Amino acid sequence: MGEATAKGLGQHALDSAHRHDATTTGVTPAEVHQEHPIKLYLVVWAWLFILSTCSYLVDYFGLHGYLRWSLILIFMMLKAGLIVAIFMHMAWERLALTYAIILPPVLVLVFVTMMVFEADYTLLTRMAFFGAGP
Amino acid sequence: MAETTLAHIGRTEPRPAGWQGIAADWSSDQRAFKNVSWGKAMMWIFLLSDTFIFGCFLLSYMTARISTRVPWPNPSEVFALRIGGSDIPLILIAIMTFVLISSSGTMAMAVNFGYRRDRRKTAVLMLLTAALGATFVGMQAFEWTKLITEGVRPWGNPWGAAQFGASFFMITGFHGTHVTIGVIFLIIVARKVWRGDFDVGRPGFFTSRRGRYENVEIMGLYWHFVDLVWVFIFAFFYLW
Repeated sequence: MGEATAKGLGQHALDSAHRHDATTTGVTPAEVHQEHPIKLYLVVWAWLFILSTCSYLVDYFGLHGYLRWSLILIFMMLKAGLIVAIFMHMAWERLALTYAIILPPVLVLVFVTMMVFEADYTLLTRMAFFGAGP
Repeated sequence: MAETTLAHIGRTEPRPAGWQGIAADWSSDQRAFKNVSWGKAMMWIFLLSDTFIFGCFLLSYMTARISTRVPWPNPSEVFALRIGGSDIPLILIAIMTFVLISSSGTMAMAVNFGYRRDRRKTAVLMLLTAALGATFVGMQAFEWTKLITEGVRPWGNPWGAAQFGASFFMITGFHGTHVTIGVIFLIIVARKVWRGDFDVGRPGFFTSRRGRYENVEIMGLYWHFVDLVWVFIFAFFYLW
């Protein structure tokens, strides 16, 4: 997702960072300096502001139900993707590092699934023994 | 940083990309992260472990919120502020979000100027980042004070499910601690940049290793991570 976001931002910005592409096509330098044009950071900064405003407006206008939750998640993932890909330079790292860092947190989702079942079960037993509400 | 690695022994053949690149990098019996210094790789791995810590906090919050029979307090009302005679929902949290995002922006610029060897701009931007971070912590202290005076405790609150207080103090407290530590480290690294430690290769007082401008980027990784965690807390705790 990070790379896709970065490409959507403007190819010109990435082209000026093109020497890093040597890492994928040619010789790997011993050490890469993450040096990119200032404009790229300003654009990402502006986008983060816009996305934050959007997610605040979701609450301000009091949207409810699946619309609210899906909008919250979409804005959250877009912001997280921009921060990791551009600010933390993940878009330009070799895939060995990217996957080593990005994939393990996916396991948290497995944990989430388990705990949703567990919490539903707890709620069920609480309702069975203590009634529906105080 | 001791670059004792094998990467310096005149390796010139091209490296494969994509999935073959991953297999080749990990199986080559040398170092898995070919063009990343150990400092940066270890910061990433630390951030990964921190991801699991915050992941577990948010998970426990989710479990408590799903499993309670009592309605969860509405964050939109709990965190509203009375400005000019009307309640504006969640306004303080929104301002805190913008402050933290701005600090991430200044940090990214500081990293950039660091690699351009512009000591002055790097140090000023890092100190600006630290100031924004301190502002964030200050606003968080204000928020805590407001909620505590309104009667929120880890074991109960006036509006609903008792677990609200425990989740709130745990999650935002841990995040605020991270921001505070980040501010302290920002000031330390900014002082080193200002003094030109990274230009002359002056040994650090604790590790006696020579720093490089990459230290600014590693510091930046930590700071952006703090911002990243806030994105998730904002979505799941305040907006949900």
